[in-house]
Amino acid sequence: MQLPDAEPLLAMLAEKIRPLLGGHVALVGIHSGGAWIAERLHVMLNGEVPHGTLDISFYRDDFEQRGLHPQVKPSHIPFDVEGCHIILIDDVLYTGRTIRGAMNELFDYGRPAKITLAVLVDRGGREMPVEAQIVGTHLELAPQQSLELLRDDAGKFSFKLHENG
Amino acid sequence: MPQNPQLNKNGELQHLLSIEGLSKDILRHILDTAESFTGVSEREVKKVPLLRGKTVCNIFFENSTRTRTTFEIAAKRLSADVVSLNVNSSSQSKGETILDTVDNLTAMHADMFVVRHSQSGAAHFIARHVAPHIHVINAGDGRHAHPTQGLLDVFTIRRYKPDMHNLRIAIVGDLLHSRVARSEIHALTTLGVPEVRVIAPKTLLPECVDRMGVQVYHDMREGLKGVDVVMMLRLQNERMSGALLSSAQEYFKCYGLTQEKLALAKPDAIVMHPGPMNRGVEIDSAVADGTQSVILPQVTYGIAVRMAVMSILAGNTE
Repeated sequence: MQLPDAEPLLAMLAEKIRPLLGGHVALVGIHSGGAWIAERLHVMLNGEVPHGTLDISFYRDDFEQRGLHPQVKPSHIPFDVEGCHIILIDDVLYTGRTIRGAMNELFDYGRPAKITLAVLVDRGGREMPVEAQIVGTHLELAPQQSLELLRDDAGKFSFKLHENG
Repeated sequence: MPQNPQLNKNGELQHLLSIEGLSKDILRHILDTAESFTGVSEREVKKVPLLRGKTVCNIFFENSTRTRTTFEIAAKRLSADVVSLNVNSSSQSKGETILDTVDNLTAMHADMFVVRHSQSGAAHFIARHVAPHIHVINAGDGRHAHPTQGLLDVFTIRRYKPDMHNLRIAIVGDLLHSRVARSEIHALTTLGVPEVRVIAPKTLLPECVDRMGVQVYHDMREGLKGVDVVMMLRLQNERMSGALLSSAQEYFKCYGLTQEKLALAKPDAIVMHPGPMNRGVEIDSAVADGTQSVILPQVTYGIAVRMAVMSILAGNTE
């Protein structure tokens, strides 16, 4: 299967987000892929827009079944969420459960004015009524497949497909 | 080898009874998770939904203010329902056994017990008795262990001195009666701290202290030289029996931490104390309130560490 190039998708995301900037706007990346993307977008968008990260381990809906994730990273939101337009960023949008967890966590920081979801890849398979407003590309994947965003030493992105993911 | 009663069949933490027998990986997982919980306490809404619908019972057969309160706050910040019992003043005084108390609370659908008892092994005893879906946390048993205090102390050290492999740590005071010190020594050596010193008069050291991998000092000035961390222990007046000490004044002169003695440690050394402090007995007020003291941050971190322990246990059910 031909996987999309991550770098041109990132550039496309940056161009779609650029018109939204101005006013009280911030980028929030979901750990880990989304956080990497938010970091890159922050630089590509002139380094002015504030950015933070969320690790949604404490908000997962499968805690009862799977327990706590073995590697929880601290969430870091260094700006006021109250009244902010949050551009929420993830690498791959699938069931929508991660996004639900992320929105729940964001509201524990304050009441955002608006949340826009931006993802590099939408792979379908939604289990929640969640849609992204900004999408790099759409990709049909089978349920047992999973798509992972990789970051090399130079900070460049690529995708890897796992068959039993 | 008998199975570690703290672990489930998958080797995951089912109960937290003592730091002994816990791997470096489990300790690190707890500390790393606690790191993420520190941020929760600084937010607008200081709660996460992990233990929503769960009931945590704090059963304190022995008095405690700080430990019980921080366990209570930790459970509430995880969205659990919390019931705290001071059993001194409840059914036990009417003759009910520990296990009857536990069974009654289990019949009320408790999911987790946080237990403090003056008898060593009380939490183990309860852990062996409860149903597999119930978790037990030892909040101090006799002279044996107080694992969450040990963990929060190590967490505090790691926050201020992240390179654990390069530290010299002195534990000063009443090691004989201290369950905190034992837990700490186990945690520190497991995490690779190369030099742990204990400083105490001979009468306040347990017999087996030399088998715990520590260096023993009776002269406080000698023992404090060049250390990165000074952990003071409380003089356990209520546990003292017989003539272990001449007087509190004499003790302060030899083993009380003053600015002058602290100057022998590294200039950036931190001072810790598990509380409650006896000012003017084991620690001078000027040190307790001084710039090197991290005694209050210890209390704050205690909440994050207890949140980490409770959420890890709750997620590990056979």
